[in-house]
Amino acid sequence: MTRMQRRTMINRIILILSGLAGVIGLAMLLWIVGDVAIKGAPALNWSFFTELPAPPGMDEGGLANAIVGTLIMTLAATLMAVPFGVFAGTWLSEFGRDSRLGESVRYVSDILVSAPSIVIGMFVYIVMVKTMGHFSGWAGAVALAIIMLPVVSRTTEEMLKLVPHELREAALALGAPYWKIMPQVIYRAAISGMITGIMLAVARVAGETAPLLFTALNSPYWAHSMNEPMGNLTVTLFNYAMSPYDDWHEKAWGAAFLITLAVLSVTIITRLMLRKRSKH
Amino acid sequence: MKLTMNTTGKKAWGDSLFRSLTLAFALGILVLFAGILIALWHESAPAIDKFGFSFLTSTAWNPVKDEFGALIPVVGTLVSTLLAMLIAVPLSIGVALFLAELAPSWLRAPFGTAIELLAAIPSIVYGMWGLFVLAPIMADHVQPWLQTYLGFIPLFSGPPMGIGMLTAGLVLALMILPFIASVTRDVFLMVPKNLKEAAYGMGATTWEVVRDVMIPYGKKGIVGAVFLGMGRALGETMAVTFVIGNAYHLSWSLFAPGNSIASTLANEFTEADSDVYLASLIELGLVLFLMTFIVLGAAQLWLRRGVAGVDK
Repeated sequence: MTRMQRRTMINRIILILSGLAGVIGLAMLLWIVGDVAIKGAPALNWSFFTELPAPPGMDEGGLANAIVGTLIMTLAATLMAVPFGVFAGTWLSEFGRDSRLGESVRYVSDILVSAPSIVIGMFVYIVMVKTMGHFSGWAGAVALAIIMLPVVSRTTEEMLKLVPHELREAALALGAPYWKIMPQVIYRAAISGMITGIMLAVARVAGETAPLLFTALNSPYWAHSMNEPMGNLTVTLFNYAMSPYDDWHEKAWGAAFLITLAVLSVTIITRLMLRKRSKH
Repeated sequence: MKLTMNTTGKKAWGDSLFRSLTLAFALGILVLFAGILIALWHESAPAIDKFGFSFLTSTAWNPVKDEFGALIPVVGTLVSTLLAMLIAVPLSIGVALFLAELAPSWLRAPFGTAIELLAAIPSIVYGMWGLFVLAPIMADHVQPWLQTYLGFIPLFSGPPMGIGMLTAGLVLALMILPFIASVTRDVFLMVPKNLKEAAYGMGATTWEVVRDVMIPYGKKGIVGAVFLGMGRALGETMAVTFVIGNAYHLSWSLFAPGNSIASTLANEFTEADSDVYLASLIELGLVLFLMTFIVLGAAQLWLRRGVAGVDK
């Protein structure tokens, strides 16, 4: 075999292997999504969205309280994490760019982004659930907010850094103080990117389970306030899937499909927004 | 004159307030991080006092006698992560190469988007799929097959139950695959076109361009992506808890059920009925936090190194 033949043969083998890896990887993942859609879609009927959970064995009931609980806690978490994260990101971009302190805040945020979410849940259990003496929707929302925070602050920082320096200089030259320039010029220039980052963070925490296990816990009833254990989709899914009852398994597939659908739609919409913006 | 002084005075006051306010929130992130470490350390005191360093080397896990050790969950975490990395890293580099260099161009954009979307699917969906779909297939087909042909290796001995370390590693691999693949793809896409074209122009085959140009160029990013994926795998809860089997045994067999730190916490935390039990679980959480901290911290340092262009 000549040298050239050997090279082309090795090339072909590697190409086939890599193509195979590509096909296997994609096929496995499409298999998962397909299964979730096929098994989950039939469970989504009217009562799934409107009724409270029923005991096993009765082919009725729904997860209305869990759906509402997840929405409320995600919203509360967003309201807490966004101001915190935007201010922190503002400091990182505007004042702490080359400082050592800025570098350490950045470093710690990047670690927190991927820190185990179950440990965050445990931390909130220690500082909130244990001191207040009971599980609560607020504790769940705080745990989700902590997970969102580093994502929001880092994307805010990146988006603000994209705003050209000339804009700041022009506004400063007009005599405007910095605290007026930020909301009136810089945030406005970066707003769509910041919203993208926030939406992606929302999509991420909406599907989180581990941080809610010891904070919001779960509940089969409507919550009267966020001061009590709060039903939510992901922990309900976990409990239902681990149970031995077939009708609960069906509901669990339904919940999995609903969560996947919600997370994917938010992600896709956000990406479309981003693409539209970059075209302009 | 008076007017100018007034406005500058006001401006400086407003600006320094704005600056301090944003600084307070930025510092809040550091405080939060320190708070997590201190709270976990403080609350695990009863366990640290009682077991000391032997906590890390003991295989005991007996809530009735209040005896706890971290070895089995720690080993389970490491083994499931290692398995996941062994499966996911070659596959995702293959997927990334396919998407960046090999696939026909009309396929690249939709496949690339699909992979990125898959990275957004919550891990509990992967875990549930593992329990209901993958575990029966493992028990009925994959594990008996492995046993027939590789059964002489202790790793593949024991009853094929479907649920256990091997299935947990596999589900974990599927969960981190889209993440590592999409980051690696981005790294490959960043390789300048003229570098690749120069290599092709000298007669290099596609594989030679990949091996001698793209991989060396993107080495830093790929290694970073692998470590970030590993950090996620170590702390992943829901993808593992469903399928790892929840058993306290150390076994050579990958078919045997086990436990990881995260799955132990998910299963037992709300059921802990004594102070030492709760403290032991929190200490496990602290161990997990430190493990991921080391991996993620190293990954971030690696990625930051040579930002100034020291490293090529």
